Order: sequence, then C-alpha cells, then structure tokens
Amino acid sequence: MSVAVDPVPLVEMSHISISFPGVKALDAVDFRMFPGEVHSLMGENGAGKSTLIKALTGVYGIDSGTITLDGEPLVIKSPAEAQNAGISTVYQEINLLPNLSVAENIMLGREPRRFGGIAWKKTRAMAAELLTQMRLDIDPASLLGSHSLAVQQLVAIARAIAVRARVLILDEPTSSLDADEVAELFRVIRSLKDNGVAILFVSHFLDQVYEIADRLTVLRNGALVGEYRIEEILRIELVRKMIGKEIAVLDDIDTRTRAQAVETETATATAVPFLEASGVGRKGSIEPFDVRISEGEVVGLAGLLGSGRTELARIIGGADRTDSGEIRIEGKPRRLSTARSALKDRIAYSSEDRKREGIIEDLTVRDNIVLALQADRGWFRRIPRRRQDELAASYIQALGIRPANPEALLRNLSGGNQQKVLLARWLAIAPRLLILDEPTRGIDVGAKAEIQRLVANLAEEGMSVLFISAELEEVLRLSHRIVVMRDRRKIADLPNEDVTVTEIMGLIASGADA
Amino acid sequence: MTATTNRPAGAEPGRGGTAGGGSDRAAGAGLLMSGRRREAGRRAAGGGTPPGGSGATGQHGIAEWLGAVVSSRYASVLVTLALLIVTFAVGSIRYEGFFSGQVALNLFVDNAFLIVLAVGMTFVILTGGIDLSVGSVVALSTMIAASLLQSGWSPPWVILIVLIVGTTLGLLVGLVIYYFDIQPFIATLAAMFLARGFCYVISTNSISIVDPFFTAMADARIPVGPGLKITPSVIVALIVVAIAFVVLHYTRTGRTVYAIGNGGPSAMLMGLPVRRTKVLVYAISGLCSAIAGVLFTFYTLSGYSLTAVGMELDAIAAVVIGGTLLTGGSGFVLGSVLGVLVLGLIQTIISFEGTLSSWWTRIVIGSLLLVFIILQRVLTLRRR
Repeated sequence: MSVAVDPVPLVEMSHISISFPGVKALDAVDFRMFPGEVHSLMGENGAGKSTLIKALTGVYGIDSGTITLDGEPLVIKSPAEAQNAGISTVYQEINLLPNLSVAENIMLGREPRRFGGIAWKKTRAMAAELLTQMRLDIDPASLLGSHSLAVQQLVAIARAIAVRARVLILDEPTSSLDADEVAELFRVIRSLKDNGVAILFVSHFLDQVYEIADRLTVLRNGALVGEYRIEEILRIELVRKMIGKEIAVLDDIDTRTRAQAVETETATATAVPFLEASGVGRKGSIEPFDVRISEGEVVGLAGLLGSGRTELARIIGGADRTDSGEIRIEGKPRRLSTARSALKDRIAYSSEDRKREGIIEDLTVRDNIVLALQADRGWFRRIPRRRQDELAASYIQALGIRPANPEALLRNLSGGNQQKVLLARWLAIAPRLLILDEPTRGIDVGAKAEIQRLVANLAEEGMSVLFISAELEEVLRLSHRIVVMRDRRKIADLPNEDVTVTEIMGLIASGADA
Repeated sequence: MTATTNRPAGAEPGRGGTAGGGSDRAAGAGLLMSGRRREAGRRAAGGGTPPGGSGATGQHGIAEWLGAVVSSRYASVLVTLALLIVTFAVGSIRYEGFFSGQVALNLFVDNAFLIVLAVGMTFVILTGGIDLSVGSVVALSTMIAASLLQSGWSPPWVILIVLIVGTTLGLLVGLVIYYFDIQPFIATLAAMFLARGFCYVISTNSISIVDPFFTAMADARIPVGPGLKITPSVIVALIVVAIAFVVLHYTRTGRTVYAIGNGGPSAMLMGLPVRRTKVLVYAISGLCSAIAGVLFTFYTLSGYSLTAVGMELDAIAAVVIGGTLLTGGSGFVLGSVLGVLVLGLIQTIISFEGTLSSWWTRIVIGSLLLVFIILQRVLTLRRR
C-alpha cells in the first residue's frame, strides 16, 4: 500500500466473524475507515451491517478477527470502552433517556464536576453550546421525552460529538428526519469531517449516500462484496452488488397496478365496499373522516409524519377506540373497539412499531408465524406441531425469510426478515383487510420489492389492503386509490390515475403554511 | 387534583405537538415551536409562581398556572405537597390543639426511621426495582443491637456492626439480582425471609435495651424553637435525606440511577456504569434499613423478632405517594419524605379522632395509594 495514494486507515477491522445461534452473521469481513472521510456501509437487511457496527462498538464480542485503531490493536468489550477509545455511535433506535433533561442526555457520563458533584450550570452551558452549534433551538433543561423523535435524533448526535469522537457511527440517522433536518445533519457531518473525524454513515437512502459519502463498503449475507470510492461505482451497479440480482419486478408492479386502478374504480362504484367508515374520528387524535375500502383494493395513505395516517390505520384496525361515526363492514355496522373484534371481521393491523407492537423477539420464527392463527382458534385447540411446521416452512419459502430456519429466535433476524415474519403471521389467518403501517421502513431495496410484489399479488387474489408508507413513490406504485392526510385530517381521496408524486406533495403542502 | 380535570385550554397548543408522539412522529419546525412553548410553561412551574400571585392576571393566571403544574415533571410531588397541606389544614380545623408546631415536628419524630427506609427504597424504585427485605432488616438490626448490647458490647461497635450487616445483606441481594438476572421482587423476598429467620435464631423473645447511650438517645430532646423539640433521630434522618438528595442530583451515580430506571439498553449504550449502580442501590437500601433499624431501637428501646412486619410496604407506599413511579426513572427523594409525612399525618388525625380504630389508618392509606397510582398513570399518559 503506497502512502501517497491511501493514507493510513484510522480503523481497520480484518477477518471479523460473528455467529449467533442458527445464524452466521459475519463471515471474515474486512472493513476500514480513514480520517476525514464519510464511509457508507451498504447492504440488504441481514447483510450484516448492524452486526459489524455492534462489533466495532463493543455490543457484540467477535468470534475471530482483529480490530486496530490508529495501527494499535484494540479489544473492545463494552460500549463504554469504545467511547473511551473515541468511537461514538448514534443507533437507529435512539438510545437516549426520555426521562432526563436534554442537557443530561448530551453530557451524562462526562459532565463537568465540581467538589465531586456535577456542576449543573456548566453542564447546561456546554450542552447549550453544542445545541447552538447544531442550530437546535431547545431548552437544555427540558425533558428529552417532550421533544419529537427528529429532535431527539439530533440530540443523540450532539451527544456523540460532545466526546470529541475520532470515529462517529451514524446508523440510519435520517430515517426520522425531514429534508431540512437532513440538510442540517449533513452540514454537521461535513464540519466534523473537516476536523478529521472518520464517519460511518449507514442509510437506506441511496440519494443521501451519494450526496455525503466518500467511500463505501458493500456487504451481502454476512460477507464482504467490496470496497469502492463513491465516484467509482454507479448506482445501478451498487444496487446489483447489494442484492446480487436484477430487480425488474418493480416496474412490472407499476404498470399492472395502474391498469387495475381504472378497472377497480369502475367496478367498486356500485358494489358494497368491504369496509366503509363514515364520520369516524377520535378526539385529539384524528378529525372525523370517511373511507371506503373495496374487496381486492389497495388504498394508499399518504401524508407527512404526524399527519394522522397511523391514527387512521389504528382506528380501522381496532387498536384505538372511536368517539364518533360508524364503521360498516359489508354494509353491516360494526364496533371495532379492540384489535380482537377487528380480527373477528378478518381485519389485521400490522403496526409501524415492529419491535414493540409486532414481533416477539424471544420466540422462534415458527412461534411468531402461528401466533395469530393460534389466538384465532382459541387456546384449547392447539395447532398440531406438524401443521405448525408446514405453515412455517411454507411461509419461509413463500416470503424468502432468511435464515430459512423456523427455529431461529426472531431477535437474531434482521429487520427486513422480521417484517416478513410479521407479514406471514397475518397472512396465516387469511385476512380480508390487511393494514400495513410502514411495512418497508428501514428495509433495503430487495426486501422492499419483495414485500411490494407480495402486496400486489394479495390484492389480485381479492384481499383488501390499507397501505401506509412515508415514501410516496411506493404508495403510488402499489395503490389503486390514494387517501391524502394532513394535520390529522383527510384532505383528499383520489383514484390512482395519472397522479404524480409532485401532485400529492402539492396536496400535502397546500395550506400547510396557513 | 383539580389540576388534572381543570386543565385550561390555554395549555393545549403547547401540548399538541407531542400528543401523538408515541406512534407517529411529527416533523418540522412547528414542533420545535410547540416544544419551546412547553418549556415556558415548565419554567413557570419551576419558578413556583403562587396561584393568582400577580392578581392582575386573575382567573386566567390561575388556570395557566395549574396547566403548567400538571405538565411539570414535579407534578406528582406538588400534588403530594398540596395533599399534605390540605390534610393538615383539615386536621387543624377539626381538632383542638392540632395546629401546632409540635404536632408537625412529631411527624418527623415518630417517623424518622420510616423516612430513612423510604430514602433507600427510593433509590431502588428509581432503578425500576423493589426491595421487600427492608422491614425484616429493620427487625434484624434491632435484634442484633439488643443482643450485642445485652452481652456487653459498647454502643459504637454495636451500631457499626448493625450497619455493616445491613449493607452486606443488601449488597449480596444486589449481586444475586445482577449476576443471576433474578427479578428483584423474588430476590428481596428471599432476603426478607432470611433476615426474619435470623431474628428468631438470635432470640424468639423481646430483648429490652438498658444501655445508657441508647436510652439517652431515646430520651434526648433537642429544642428547635419556643416549646418545640425534636429527637436526635430526626437529625440523623434529615442528614440521610440531604446526602441522598445530593447523591441523586449531583453525582454521576445518582443520574445513572435515573438512567437505569428508564429501562432498555440506553443507559448501557451511553457508557454508564449500569452494573455497578444496579448492585449499589440494593446496598444503599440495605444500609438505609440498618440505619432505620438503629433509629427504631432508639424509638422502642428493644429488639424483637416480630417487629416491623410489613414496614417494607409502608416504605413502598410512602415512595409511591411521594410521586415516584414504580416503573422507575421518575421521582424525587424529597417526594418520598412528603409521602412519609402524609402517612404520619393520617395516623395523627386518626389518633386525634380518638373513637376510630387504628385500622382506619390502613383503609385511608389504601385508598390514598389507589388514588395516587391512578393519578400517576393519568399524568404520565398526558406527558407522553
């Protein structure tokens, strides 16, 4: 290696291997980071990105391989040790303490002290300075939990830079930020970069990767595919390396859906819809709205975060009670006051909060898949083990769940595969209406395409789907009809004919400044 | 409590931005705005502007103030304080001779040991744990003290040994909870039986204490004003409270206690000494139990195996009434002191009433506890 071309790497991980029960998460992966560079780690879900990060931050121990920092061998046993070595991390799930103040969340563990105690004034002042640097206008003494997730994310980054980190790891930092906030974050990243910090930037947004990264490393199925400078690799080539196959399916779905949109529109105008909500609302949550979902129809919900899309979905899924209006199913009035009563009408709600309201981490893939079906049958009629195995095996195959091991614990699966298991659980009870809240969030291109294709196929077979996504392209691609939400109100309901992303954005934005 | 039902419309916009934060994340600058408005409200609450203090603002001012109180993180403590004042006022109106400094001071005198217990319990509950062994450790402490004094040990050594035994027991419980990843409930339940069992090993009979130092401590009265007196135990209890306050609010250990109570892997990922602190809180609780045991022997001048049965539940009740969440992460040691005083005040009122059986104390405490748990739930739901 000639010094002139490549400077000495700040971090060098060589031949890192990590296994979990039933999963080989990383297989002899090499990875390096240079000072003053933004390095992007790319790969599908289950490729091993999170595992590699957690190896570097001391959350997981490595089975074999070495890590060096500045040429010195480094053994990291805990996140505290990683931090002391100058490796700071902002995790995808914001790991801060909502019950403490913003200042504490930034400074805790390294707050200035006086007479052995914490010097609060100085602590707050230092936190305030960092917040000003990030142009975040909040009171450092306020409780972290009182702020939005986006603000909390920026506070997490403020914490990470407070240590004068030499290596800053940002795991999906932009997934809860809007465009302005992303720009703000990138400004902060660039200034850190100029100060010689090595930044590991993990994101599913290719645009953002191409905007900010200098170098990228691609992983696939726990193995290294390659390391490239950003200008060396074209997007299409990158995607191919990440998923290892072509994805023409997306365009295929697109054309099919649009053709069908017109069809269903004319067909459903007369027929009784599967579900019809009129004047349904919930105080403090969502204004009264009307919604019709026909059999085999995919209704997309578009809107910004906090626009009421999740609230609408939760009401139809029976997760929240209503305080006005009426819901009719096939013309008959129904009270969907609990998820159980909704399930009786074959309405399944898959929450956006996969971890807390979806999967059960400590159960196996098989257990998670049969859960809803078993609950539906009642506990006295246990599903025979053979039938369980069949079910699990068939869904693992049909949805391409990896690893294809029905006895693997769900906590050891990647996010995308956990999502597929969750889908399998609901599909197992053969719902007539499936509500999918952000089923593709934090999921890579390949898995996303698979889930989208699945949704399109299910609708063709007659299942109704209420589909929520932050990505308008995705909503447009899949839906026959689009409901637009703004400020906790339904503002538009249009068939998906010649609708463009720009039009929808216009609807969402119009009047938002009023 | 009127504060929760009469929340003014004026406080609404400040809240709107985060109302749905649990499920859907609101985005954009509008949120920052509402966040700041909340801060303003909170600062007003922290400043402790008296209700309608400015006069000119009138009804609206009171409404706004109440709104600020409800959204403040001190809300549940303030409610306890209000309850204490109201109860005291009711007692003063109903009973002759109730309204006096000595009645108020006696709350401290009669409950000094419970205050110390509640302090230790606050540490444990803040981490999301619980310590059921404290009552038994108090009993064990009285037994050790009484039997050692009986066999002629000198008081300083006796007290030292009691403190060491209590702390060690707490430390062991903490280590068991940590290393075997056992529910605090079950581990401290085991410690509770163990400590109670040791009491019987020492003696099944009550041992009275005649040591001059202990009797002096029991009889000593320290004047704090005209006709007002406290016992040395009160001073010990207040010192313990002061130390606990400083530790919880001005040391990294204290903040780590709160961080752990938040649950989840955050505290560990932030590089805080989670393991050490988790074990430490049980040692602290053990130490506090031992101190409370010593104070209790000052109070009763005897050691008895069957004493302090169920006292751990009094301590837990005091902590909860004092506004600490049983799930951890939120609460204040001064709140726990107020909780103890509320319990003591109820007892005082029932003794003033004269005709009521002392079991009414339990009924009132039970109802109060229920109200507070529901109130906490409402407050936390609103804050989310």
